[in-house]
Amino acid sequence: MEENKDTFKLGDKEFTSRFILGSGKYSMNLIKAAVENGGAQIVTLSVRRANTKEHENILDYVPEGVTILPNTSGARNAKEAVRIARMARELGCGNFVKIEIMGDTKYLFPDNNETIKATEELAKEGFVVLPYMFPDLYAARALKEAGAAAVMPLAAPIGSNKGLAAKQFIQVLIDEMDIPVIVDAGIGKPSQACEAMEMGATAVMANTAVATAEDIPMMAGAFKSAIEAGRKAHLAGLGRVLERGASASDPLTGFLRD
Amino acid sequence: MVKINGNVENVDGQKLTDYLDNSEYRPGTFVVEINEEIVHKEDYEGVILHDGDTVEIVQFMGGGC
Repeated sequence: MEENKDTFKLGDKEFTSRFILGSGKYSMNLIKAAVENGGAQIVTLSVRRANTKEHENILDYVPEGVTILPNTSGARNAKEAVRIARMARELGCGNFVKIEIMGDTKYLFPDNNETIKATEELAKEGFVVLPYMFPDLYAARALKEAGAAAVMPLAAPIGSNKGLAAKQFIQVLIDEMDIPVIVDAGIGKPSQACEAMEMGATAVMANTAVATAEDIPMMAGAFKSAIEAGRKAHLAGLGRVLERGASASDPLTGFLRD
Repeated sequence: MVKINGNVENVDGQKLTDYLDNSEYRPGTFVVEINEEIVHKEDYEGVILHDGDTVEIVQFMGGGC
């Protein structure tokens, strides 16, 4: 397979990079280098009250051609998410939206019920809806039914860098869903992103892991390599695991003894 | 009084375009919502801020997971 033919689609856009990069928690002047080193074609942004004092705008730092994926962070229910999504679209960077609805302020877990409601409304309004969700098969099916372009299950609590805590449940979604499964939140290091890709995830999203690294652009590059390696491993088909015992890889004849 | 991004301001009767011109929001980077209804750019002209209005002016910021 030619590498650049390995693409996936969200809405009517086709992507070759399987690394979605968040832009929170680090300074704007590092965004461009992080995006470029990471090879990211999708970058998430949030919508917040405008600041009259700072005239620099984050869009100045996102390289041209990158798809903007606004999120609805701050929304506590479907109504608020729909409102934020409409504002985001009005900002004029396309019709993608990542729904984030968190009612709980301690764990920041996504509220699947409200997320399904918001997905239905926004899909009807023509948005390409990517819902951040708790990895639950029934909810994933309902999101698809509601018009989601993909599902974005959390690996671990957002911002925790704890890795694939929800691994078994994400695997169920990967195995059962026929829309892209993008592993989001909690991925703390490249090896975990690689593992998610080996499992068959369509893509991985990371932010905090990159933003809290000592060298942000270099870490973005490390994620790029890991995600590509995991994707190749998935396509190659992982070798089997023995239940018990061992299996020699060398010939069992011709030993230097009689 | 008009509530703008959480701050109460005495701009009753002012034109939206005048308010925006007098403020220092960078043109082309924000969206205006009045009483939870988005005001499209082409409709700014003619919008007057009224006592009791709630205005939100938003823009993109960093964000992720």
